[in-house]
Amino acid sequence: MKRFLLPLFAFVVLLAFLATGLLIKTDELPCALIGKPAPGFSLPQVEQQAHFESSSLKGKVWLLNVWASWCESCRHEHPVLVKFAGQLSAPVIGLDYMDKAADASRWLSDFGNPYQLSVQDVDGRAATDYGVVGVPETFVIDSHGLVRYKHVGPLTEQVVFGKLQPLIDQLQREQ
Amino acid sequence: MNQQFKKLIGYALSVTLVFTVTFGQAETLSIDQRVQKLSEELRCLVCQNQTLADSHAELALNLKQQIREKFQQGQNEKEITDFLVARYGDFVHYRPPFNYQTALLWTGPYLLLLAALIFLFIRIKVIPSTNETVESTISKRHFSDPLL
Repeated sequence: MKRFLLPLFAFVVLLAFLATGLLIKTDELPCALIGKPAPGFSLPQVEQQAHFESSSLKGKVWLLNVWASWCESCRHEHPVLVKFAGQLSAPVIGLDYMDKAADASRWLSDFGNPYQLSVQDVDGRAATDYGVVGVPETFVIDSHGLVRYKHVGPLTEQVVFGKLQPLIDQLQREQ
Repeated sequence: MNQQFKKLIGYALSVTLVFTVTFGQAETLSIDQRVQKLSEELRCLVCQNQTLADSHAELALNLKQQIREKFQQGQNEKEITDFLVARYGDFVHYRPPFNYQTALLWTGPYLLLLAALIFLFIRIKVIPSTNETVESTISKRHFSDPLL
């Protein structure tokens, strides 16, 4: 009996390692930006000629949604935003990622415009500052200008009302 | 004389040409090589098992372009790596840095080796002390004696 003890112990250790390996979510990268100041940007708008400065949102809770007209997943996300963005108590700013202005405008007029405004990030530099890996991504920024939450992938109704709105409520109470 | 002079000019020209080609390219090549070398140390975040150097994902191409521009602006490898780590986290290192989160990752193989050695050492010391083994060794030697 005793001679089985050591192999059994080794087997349990091995199992523990395999289990952790299975449970680690490799597709969910830790966001380096959480709790850090949201990078500022000054970019041309999609719908207007004027530039938009992100600093003008200081003191407000706001959402940054990274999208593109060439992005397949954004087609699934867009109707959700069109339907529910108006019900959120925080403005949603669009960051049009590596896109052509004409395509972006056509997208907004064809599928509806859920954004307070959208800015063009033609060379993707602002998105790099936000550590964007793929489109769509959504950031929640608090009234102190800190990034508090990041959602990777298309927004769904569950995410909007289960995660985003409760967090926005909490952040607005903190204010 | 004229022939020799022509030859001399020919040599001079070809030497100049070689120098221009070598040193003219040296500048751009070295930046290319630095981009290549650094991007081999960085992870493509879209296809996570590839380095930035190997990847042709849009994000990887964009980041490589940004790395090139930063080299051209005179930034060094550390500044550029810090720039990317601040945005994408430690995960952007293809070779994970040694910190408390990765301590087991780096020391694990050596710990396992050490454990195996200790185990082996204990077992080896035990085996010759049993009589049975000694006897069988002796009988085997008897058996092989005629052969020697």
